Amino acid sequence: MAAPTLEVRNLRTHFFTRAGIVKAVDDVSFTVERGKVLGLVGESGSGKSVTGFSIIGLVDPPGRVTGGQILFQGRDLAKISEEEMRDLRGNRIAMIFQDPMMTLNPVLRIDTQMIETVQAHKKVSREEARQRARDTLGMVGIPSPDERLMAYPHQFSGGMRQRVAIAIALLHEPDLIVADEPTTALDVTIQGQILAEVQKLAQTTGTSLIWITHDLSVVAGLADDVAVMYAGRIVEKGPVSEVLDAPLHPYTAGLIGSVPSRNKRGEPLRQIPGMTPSLLNLPPGCAFRSRCPRAAEACMAEPGISEILPGRETRCFFPMNTPAEQAA
Amino acid sequence: MSATTTAPARAIDAGSPMMELRGVSRRFEKKLDFAGRIAKRLGAPVREEVVHAVDNVDLTIRKGEVVGLVGESGCGKSTLGRMVAGIMPPSDGTILRNGVDIRSLSHAAAKEMKLRTQMIFQDPYASLNPRMRVADIVGEAPLVHGITTRTGYEAYVDEQMRRAGLDPAFKRRYPHQFSGGQRQRIGIARALAVKPDFIVCDEAVAALDVSIQAQILNLFMRLRTELDLTYLFISHDLGVVEHLSDRVVIMYLGRVVEEAPTETVFSQPNHPYTQSLLASVPRIENRKRAFAVVKGEIPSPLNPPPGCHFHPRCPHAMERCKVEKPVLKEVAPGQRSACHLNDAA
Repeated sequence: MAAPTLEVRNLRTHFFTRAGIVKAVDDVSFTVERGKVLGLVGESGSGKSVTGFSIIGLVDPPGRVTGGQILFQGRDLAKISEEEMRDLRGNRIAMIFQDPMMTLNPVLRIDTQMIETVQAHKKVSREEARQRARDTLGMVGIPSPDERLMAYPHQFSGGMRQRVAIAIALLHEPDLIVADEPTTALDVTIQGQILAEVQKLAQTTGTSLIWITHDLSVVAGLADDVAVMYAGRIVEKGPVSEVLDAPLHPYTAGLIGSVPSRNKRGEPLRQIPGMTPSLLNLPPGCAFRSRCPRAAEACMAEPGISEILPGRETRCFFPMNTPAEQAA
Repeated sequence: MSATTTAPARAIDAGSPMMELRGVSRRFEKKLDFAGRIAKRLGAPVREEVVHAVDNVDLTIRKGEVVGLVGESGCGKSTLGRMVAGIMPPSDGTILRNGVDIRSLSHAAAKEMKLRTQMIFQDPYASLNPRMRVADIVGEAPLVHGITTRTGYEAYVDEQMRRAGLDPAFKRRYPHQFSGGQRQRIGIARALAVKPDFIVCDEAVAALDVSIQAQILNLFMRLRTELDLTYLFISHDLGVVEHLSDRVVIMYLGRVVEEAPTETVFSQPNHPYTQSLLASVPRIENRKRAFAVVKGEIPSPLNPPPGCHFHPRCPHAMERCKVEKPVLKEVAPGQRSACHLNDAA
């Protein structure tokens, strides 16, 4: 198998605030193979978005990548200069944000913005750039792309705007796209359309995707692998079906249990008690300890992440659904 | 109907309509400005923009029921919820509360009646006054309405907070000192403090994380049995609605397109819009499966398509759908749908 598109090793991104150091991303490692989709799942404040921003080099002060490696096609993005990063960003690595207006400039026409993006990385004529923009808009399912190129962002609906943002990300056929909750703000029918387009793209172009979301149901349908984050750390990762069918970490199990469709109608949902701890003063030991039904004395120490089953890793002393447990 | 009311006057027969909407519509008009009025007088083709947010809706909610109201943005579900909650008057039609039109009541009686319907909002950040302490947010209304007294105030607030799963020790705090889930609990405590029997929840869990959402949904269900509440639960999340509701009402561009018991909606959806909505919902059981696609976008409510509003996106659209508005008709016991296909068979 070819080298993975992205390999993140022991990434640490910390925010140095007046109130203290916030370890938003702490010792996070994962790989994304070519043409594969990794779902990065977690609740608010789990560090999933900061992980995405770290990869694309958009962490703002007081935040800083303080350790680890981000190997993109063998190059460490944590070490390269801002100039080299600019060369990659928007070209080989692209990002799609939750709010498409993060990508779009409200006072410029779509054609201006798209042509500029094409010409930023490729020496082509304006006409060629325009052609490329038009083709890409068509690819993401925007009807009559020629007319739409002449429009301003406010003339598009929310779903269409997100399509334009996706088209801009695709202009240079990047090797990696980091998508941060791109369908969360959209209606279900529109979300379904965009997910279908994205799925098709990943299959046909060989682009790798990191899909950041809080919605396990989206990950279930879209991703090949999933990494679940809690309080700045990956607590579990593995192939989607295996993780969702037989989670190893109690937090993953709790998340799956909280999804209404998994529960019997009218009966109480299986809820995770308590709430996410503040990253400013994480308790010692396992961060999930206080909410965990399996917590014991040993959890006062910090669990490391380890491969428990082939291809399945978790950060827990008492993993669930292991062969030993199922036999018992 | 049997009249077995032994309890106080506010007890009503189980199953009797608690809320009845008859032909309720709500229009929002954008009045022409001065220049526009002059232009119009001079014969320019300008007209007042009218949005039919809710268009001729009939809906009955019985005592003890949880009715889920589902739809995408702009379908009028929140506007309908606001009218049901009594914080927005309908443009047309009547809303009957326990068989009585609130507008026909005297001021005092209407006030009493309105108090019994309360609303819980989506945004727990925007719906709480940031300058008020939790105790005052929860306790102000019951004090003003004479549900509690100055002497019983502290104990009353404590009880309300405890019931919503909040620690009364925090009652001197301000909303910003709480997390999203706790703030939603404050909103719930505030709504329940005036002893309502009907609650309108407008996307009450949409802003919360999954694990917190489950906690709040469980709270809603517990309170329903504890306090004998009736809910109108507005949500865009079909999974949440499926879990919680007895009956589901689906709206599209201001109109009700289908209404049925929850099992029926999810097992035998009749309206093509309901079918495509269900197909679009990502489900955790579906692995690596192609996402079903409904073509097209939601049209602007300013300029909805004629005939059936769904026809430009409908896979089964016929000539008739482009001109004639389908009416909501019973297609199976308890299931009503507004689709011309049901006549064709």
